[in-house]
Amino acid sequence: MMGETVKIRVDDRELEVQRGTLLIEACRAAGIEVPSFCYYPGLSLQAACRMCLVEIEKAPKLQTACTVPVTEGMIVRSNTEQVTQARRSMLEFLLGNHPLDCPVCDKGGECELQDMVFRYGASESRYGEAKRHVEEQQWSPVVYFDAPRCILCYRCVRVCDEGMGVGALSVVNRGVHTEIAPNHGDHLECEECGMCIDICPVGALTSGAYRYKARPWEMQYTSTICTHCGDGCKTTLSVRNNKILRGNNRDRSGINGEFLCIKGRYAYDFVEHPSRLRQPLIRRGRELVETTWEEAIGTVAAKWSEILARRNKAANNTLAETSEKRSEGFGVIGSNHTTNEENYLLQKFARTVLQTNHVDHHRTADYAALIHALANESAEQPSQAQRPPLARSKDIVGASAILLVGNNPTEQHPLIAWNIREACRLNGARLYIIHSRRIPLLRQSHRFLPLGLGHEADALRHLCGEPEATQALLGETPSGDNVTADLLNDFRNRLQEEKDVIVVFGDEITGPDVSLLIRMGSRLSGQTRYIALGDYSNSRGASDMGLLPHLLPGYRPVGDAAARAFFEDRWKSPIPATVGLSVDDMVAATLQGGMDALYVVGANPLKGRNPEDFCGKTFLVVQDLFLQETAQAADVVLPAASAYEKSGTVTNTCGELQRLRKAVGVLGTRTDLQIFASLAAAMGATLHPSQPEEALEEIRQMVPEYNIPLANVLAGGAEAVLNPNGFKPLAAPAETSGRVYSAQDTLFTSGTLGRFSNILNLVPERNIRKEPGPA
Amino acid sequence: MPVSEHEVRVLTKRFDLPNSASIDTYLAHDGYQAFEKALKQMTPESILEELKRSNLRGRGGAGFPTGMKWGFVPKESPKPKYIVCNADESEPGTCKDRLLMEKDPHQLIEGILIAGVVVGSHQGYIYVRGEYRYLLEILDRALEEAYARGYLGKNILGTGFDFELATHTGAGAYECGEESALLESLEGKRGIPRIRPPFPAVVGLYGGPTVLNNVETFSAVPAILREGGEWYAQLGTPRNGGTRLFVLSGHVNRPGVYELPMGFPLRKMIEEVGGGILGGKKFKAVIPGGSSTPVLTADALDTPMDFDSVAKAGSMLGSGAVIVMHEDTCMVKVALRLMQFYAHESCGWCIPCREGTDWLSKTLHRFHSGGAREEDIGLIEHLAKNMLGRTFCPLGDAAAMPVISFVKKFREEFEMHLSGRPCPFESKQEPATVSR
Repeated sequence: MMGETVKIRVDDRELEVQRGTLLIEACRAAGIEVPSFCYYPGLSLQAACRMCLVEIEKAPKLQTACTVPVTEGMIVRSNTEQVTQARRSMLEFLLGNHPLDCPVCDKGGECELQDMVFRYGASESRYGEAKRHVEEQQWSPVVYFDAPRCILCYRCVRVCDEGMGVGALSVVNRGVHTEIAPNHGDHLECEECGMCIDICPVGALTSGAYRYKARPWEMQYTSTICTHCGDGCKTTLSVRNNKILRGNNRDRSGINGEFLCIKGRYAYDFVEHPSRLRQPLIRRGRELVETTWEEAIGTVAAKWSEILARRNKAANNTLAETSEKRSEGFGVIGSNHTTNEENYLLQKFARTVLQTNHVDHHRTADYAALIHALANESAEQPSQAQRPPLARSKDIVGASAILLVGNNPTEQHPLIAWNIREACRLNGARLYIIHSRRIPLLRQSHRFLPLGLGHEADALRHLCGEPEATQALLGETPSGDNVTADLLNDFRNRLQEEKDVIVVFGDEITGPDVSLLIRMGSRLSGQTRYIALGDYSNSRGASDMGLLPHLLPGYRPVGDAAARAFFEDRWKSPIPATVGLSVDDMVAATLQGGMDALYVVGANPLKGRNPEDFCGKTFLVVQDLFLQETAQAADVVLPAASAYEKSGTVTNTCGELQRLRKAVGVLGTRTDLQIFASLAAAMGATLHPSQPEEALEEIRQMVPEYNIPLANVLAGGAEAVLNPNGFKPLAAPAETSGRVYSAQDTLFTSGTLGRFSNILNLVPERNIRKEPGPA
Repeated sequence: MPVSEHEVRVLTKRFDLPNSASIDTYLAHDGYQAFEKALKQMTPESILEELKRSNLRGRGGAGFPTGMKWGFVPKESPKPKYIVCNADESEPGTCKDRLLMEKDPHQLIEGILIAGVVVGSHQGYIYVRGEYRYLLEILDRALEEAYARGYLGKNILGTGFDFELATHTGAGAYECGEESALLESLEGKRGIPRIRPPFPAVVGLYGGPTVLNNVETFSAVPAILREGGEWYAQLGTPRNGGTRLFVLSGHVNRPGVYELPMGFPLRKMIEEVGGGILGGKKFKAVIPGGSSTPVLTADALDTPMDFDSVAKAGSMLGSGAVIVMHEDTCMVKVALRLMQFYAHESCGWCIPCREGTDWLSKTLHRFHSGGAREEDIGLIEHLAKNMLGRTFCPLGDAAAMPVISFVKKFREEFEMHLSGRPCPFESKQEPATVSR
């Protein structure tokens, strides 16, 4: 949408720009240099640094290009002696009290002040007075402040207030004694996101995790995807000597721009936690002892082959089976941290080699129900959709209205929350919230429908116009809000008028309620789009790849003979036809001795339980980073590589495919993909492919939704996968088997993985917002 | 309070009456007549006309025509309109507004009320300088009286016009005298200026259109409506209507606040109103409009004291604070003293003002204490010029302009201070008052 344009002239170049554009933006878009410290796209205007002063004809003095909107016929000069001299003088002023401790400053080499002085500054200093000095302060485990280095561009104050909605930083004192100050006198109480550090152009705000550790030019940079939540932020890991020293996204290249929360920025440190498994373990008597990979793989392969042989024999001899205790055979529990390639191969391994549909993972969002409901909806109203009904994360910023049902994105989906705040702040989007708690995003909300715990479906029915549901919502909620009929009707009427709504929902809406949600969404005026919020980096990918007991890759029902035939033909192996067991069912069956073998990959289904209760109940193989509850009960433990130690792809909760790139290696571990291949080979089976690139290629052939252009993904960007199943009606309704529930992580927890991040455990806020117990 | 036969007492005419601050005294001497006239007999347009005819120009320092300023306020506004009185009188050398508030607070209230009638505002604030805390008692008592007599509150004088007025104090920041910083402070925020445009007349207090004037400006309005714009205009010179409260200080025999017609000759002001130079010494220099204005020397003594003439002489009429210095004054020390003030009062928002005032005050201090090098004279000039016109608000200009004028007009005094020599004026001075 191009509005009215105006013609301006900058340094004898004619530019045509949209009316109202800030002069600095117009110049930069045309490649004309206008430097700035305080001007920062997306944040409020300050005009404080005076670096962007330019000559504008008819103006009596130099003007700040960051505050002047272009007007027709404006004549600007950005390269005159007066302008150059003004820039030089600003830098001279800045360097007066600046400590010039560049040789030991963390920012040295990537400092905007250094760059500016190099480009525009004077090489000689005429400052002969005593410099102002203030002692360095530590504001939190991750934030340090060195006041003399601060140039007071107020970026940190604004990104904290406007971007994060936290407002933990402010300005105190005046004149040359002006300083940035934290919200609690001498320390910060905030989200510890580190945005203030990243946005600081100089070395005033430095990171507790990184300070005084390295020079920027001696590190290597690997862009990969954060493993901690479902938003899939890109984090650039700075690595020196196989050690991750820092995480940030200063090139703003990912779907998250420069946004990262504490987990994306700091919680990579589990990689080198002392408890990390670096050698396979095998149970000898009551003890788990270290062993070699050969023995571990050999033991597992032998045992699994033996079970397979016994089960095949039993299957051929149906008479014998009746006399034996019935067993479920193999159970496989996968991960929502592992890559698409690994998830695809794990379920392929389970279904072809181990001959079982007992394949599942901790489902944190009901993607399957969403896909199913959307497919049925589009069957009812064909060719309605001009756009894919599943929104991408960035779509939130451009939406005119957002409906949030459940979840607490500020804690659980920090990027989604950031995007919602941007939509409201920069584009005036209206945020509607249906929630049983007073979540932080209420600060941005346009309308709030408070309700009692578990009444989300009633709210959806109310929005669909069902009077009994309206009745059920009336009265005082546990959050202390009084719900009146007027409030409910106003909420419905306002929402009804919205033309372009993105519905964002959490695990409060699962199963049949998802269909209800879609029915509600289709009643709104415009085309409604959806985002289901699931935890961890690859919950969506695990569902898409068929790490489910009832669905094959691409949400094809295992009960559907045609779907099975398609995979059997390509995989050259039969697939069991019956729906398998869910995670909970497999755990329950194990406890009763009903599972021959359980294979747990990158998951901790026994979280919060006593491992002793499971010892000897089944042949348990666990493949993980740490010896957690499930691994403690295992017969064989295989040390796996983490997300930061391997390549592959993950799909975020909005369905955006992104690439993991290996940043470091941990001696003694293997990637899950390597382990699958070794196990299959040791069993005398073939499991192709063994390389992530080949696996992705096979996925693209077998799951048409993933047959998308890869150029962006390979270049470190994101590409949305196509709408699963193309939204053709599904052959058979997908059985809903097993629970769908979020781990309810806070900003400072990350499932059981978060137990091994020192940074996450260090921040005092973690004690305020405790990790919730098992569901 | 010293008086002079040259005075034309319009704003100060009630100052010598007993109980001059009480509403009874005020009502007995033309009080609230102008407001009543404005409310009952005049239209906003006719009041504006009268103001324009009066040639009243803002007394805060910039001298913007008041009638024109009030005319910028949009008639229709979805947000409430506000009248704000800038009583944050902080310009060094200036102490006239405090007298207007202390001696005749109802005159100010009446002026504010008339502004409310003109623009259709129903809420006003008097933002009082933090150091003027004692005035709050006087002002609040006057407000109480005005409320009690029905000049403030609901349905004033039975006309249906409502107006609420309250005082608010600053916390001791010179910067809050700048109108947009004042609004920020009044809203409870840190006192830093706003980006303009938009100007307060369109987007001011709480985002509403706002009339913002100095105490003296509002105080002049009742007399204008009472006696007529033309009457007021003819008191002064063309385009500079009325009288002005000049604050005469420094090396004169009779320092004080004098109400003199606009365009009063500077020499006469010093020699006759001020009773000549202290101790019969020779005149050296004068700062004509508060510390922010460039210094003038003997060749400018024949300047008529109005906005245009003083500007022509290379300085500004500013706040009307005339600071006179005799021959024994060390101009480097004056420059230092002023720069210390600006370094202390810079809000710190923008680089050139924050760093420039600090750097200059350090360098001038070294200069005055005998540690100067020859190139420092050029450096001082260079730093001040780099501030001029490049800062976020006029405080930077206010700090830079005097220094530039001092170096330009008294370069030889700077040279006399060069390296190792003690201050050549030190022996002639009363004990030094310069502090770091």
